[in-house]
Amino acid sequence: MHPTSHDFKDNARRALDDVHLQTVMGVFRGGFVDKRKRAMERLPEFDQLRDQARDLKNHILENLDHYLERFEAKVVENGGQVHWCRTPAEARETVLELCRAADAKTVSKGKSMVAEEIGLNDYLEEHGVVPIETDLGEYIIQLRREPPSHIIVPAIHLTKGDVADTFREHHTDLKPDRNLGEARDLVNEARAVLRQKFIAADVGITGANFLIAETGSTVIVTNEGNGDLTQCLPRVHIVVTGLEKVVPTLEDASTLIRLLARSATGQEMSCYTTFSTGPRRAGDLDGPEQFHVVLVDNGRTSLLGTEFHEVLRCIRCGACMNHCPVYNAIGGHAYGWVYPGPIGSVLDPALIGLAEAHHLPNASTFCGRCEAVCPVHIPLPNMMRQWRFRESEQKLSPPALRYGLGFWGFFATKPALYHFGTGIAMTVLGLLGRAKGRFRSLPGAKGWTDTRDMPAPEGGTFQQRWAQRQRKAG
Amino acid sequence: MAEISHSLASRSAKARAGIFGDIRAALKPMRTEGAAATVVDDRIARHPRNLVPARANLPQPEQVALFIAKATEVMTSVERVASASDVPKAIADYLKGKNLAPELRLAPDPRLSAIPWDRQPTLALTSGHARDRDATSVTGAVAGIAETGTLMMMSGPGAPITLNFMPDNHIVIMDPSRIVGSYEDGWDVARTRDGGAMPRAVNFITGPSRTADIEQQLQLGAHGPRNLHIILVDQLDRGDQGPSESDGSSA
Repeated sequence: MHPTSHDFKDNARRALDDVHLQTVMGVFRGGFVDKRKRAMERLPEFDQLRDQARDLKNHILENLDHYLERFEAKVVENGGQVHWCRTPAEARETVLELCRAADAKTVSKGKSMVAEEIGLNDYLEEHGVVPIETDLGEYIIQLRREPPSHIIVPAIHLTKGDVADTFREHHTDLKPDRNLGEARDLVNEARAVLRQKFIAADVGITGANFLIAETGSTVIVTNEGNGDLTQCLPRVHIVVTGLEKVVPTLEDASTLIRLLARSATGQEMSCYTTFSTGPRRAGDLDGPEQFHVVLVDNGRTSLLGTEFHEVLRCIRCGACMNHCPVYNAIGGHAYGWVYPGPIGSVLDPALIGLAEAHHLPNASTFCGRCEAVCPVHIPLPNMMRQWRFRESEQKLSPPALRYGLGFWGFFATKPALYHFGTGIAMTVLGLLGRAKGRFRSLPGAKGWTDTRDMPAPEGGTFQQRWAQRQRKAG
Repeated sequence: MAEISHSLASRSAKARAGIFGDIRAALKPMRTEGAAATVVDDRIARHPRNLVPARANLPQPEQVALFIAKATEVMTSVERVASASDVPKAIADYLKGKNLAPELRLAPDPRLSAIPWDRQPTLALTSGHARDRDATSVTGAVAGIAETGTLMMMSGPGAPITLNFMPDNHIVIMDPSRIVGSYEDGWDVARTRDGGAMPRAVNFITGPSRTADIEQQLQLGAHGPRNLHIILVDQLDRGDQGPSESDGSSA
């Protein structure tokens, strides 16, 4: 996917003016937030589990090399193969080569954010292998050639009507009088079409929510069952995922699974949690003949030991975006790359570069809800602050902002100067605004006064009035 | 194993060396070398439990009740019958109630073939992995997990996993003594089977297939079963060595 994060400001402006998007975001708002809250209330141990999950993930990251080695050895022991890839290009080429070795014409795909990250679909298509997304939301946006707008519900920006129009355009054998008015009709139509694609596919590609070092298993968590049909019908199963997904044991995966669905959709448990271990065994009547795990680095190891180390704890539940006032206002596409919302504002600069994505860490009011709901306590606002610092250091922010902040930094760290300057300013503003009690416009603060009035100071600065009050009280 | 080109293998080896080099360099200041590998091996060998929610820490009969309540919450239907000889009628009635054809695709599981199907001659039975045209499958389950009403399935010759996902209707026959409290209890059961080796697939199934991808409206039967029906059969496992018996190893 070609990033448009550098155009974030224009993207966000357009999103706010987009009546259609604002209508669907209105439907989205609050749904997952309320469901998560209810799920949390039903599990008294929820917060303790979050603390344990944080500690578990920290332990894994501190021993990442060892757990990856154990995982790899187990995959091989069970008859599978692990392919290591540093860059998106290496990962794409590896998957294509595996598809070619299997003589694959079509590939069914379960939902994978890492596949989005490496731009897998376009690449396969350009090289003569047809990928078919099978998660309903992903299928719809694939037909529309759009990127996902949410990591859990990728077509959240569309209405029933949009989906019906998309199916009528692409399912050419659909009869004109076929009713597609309700979500039920649309699900049935997609189910019928995709069932044949599952059966025809030579290769199935899924992501992974977890990798288990103890057993060499890859784990997917879905509600539709598409990820399972993707891996049990074709001859070859390829798992494409990030190397930070490894966990030590089945018990450890169970702890994270308790948090994942509750944080994401407010379900106590997703419908299907599947642990896949190697190819089909002697005597098995179904399952793939080959099992490949493509482990993608793409900048993840470069975050270890840095101020962004802890973002590698992320289990991709999407709670941060569900709770983010900025995401809720503009939707996912405005962020301009694969991961939207607060997690995107921290991850995207790391994965596609700060020059491209430097606006994203600024797309936050620092209200702190993302950190408050994160199942693994990632300090997202603080990381956005770190990116802002680097943005300024690398002179990516506008010069006026940097000079302004430089001046403010000088001024605010000299108490005598600060008290003197603000004393004068408040006195002058107080005198000028005496008549109306407010200013309709202020020179140099047009951005503020364009949409609201600035109240006039009633005399004195906060410090002056505080000192007065203390004297009275004393 | 497929013919994987030499260039693919050598690229992977080179990437692997780079990745491990970078990880070790980054982690060096954070840990004592040598100790880490021991800690890791120990954790994998002991696979200690983390906090297990108290919810399902109950006597077994109450775990069964919790399982049924939780399964019902996620729109699984559950009924309980006294013995294996009641199963054919229960299934025939279930199919009739849903206006479904009396055709079943059975997992080749000896426990299922031992059911006296001839008591309902109207039921047409075939056995094997799922085919696209199969409307209703019947399988066993390794365990039921009370905390979320979850079924635990393990693939094997007697348990083709396509039966869990392809048909519109999935009927599960299970002895209620297989119901345990937590996922961790489920793993304990798994580790006693087949020398503790993981089968190709373990499926945790919690309710029928669903999606809310269109306007967040819940729809059942996105790709997998629209109906998931569990028949708890008392004494089904009688005569077995209990749930630790390796199911389906003799297809």
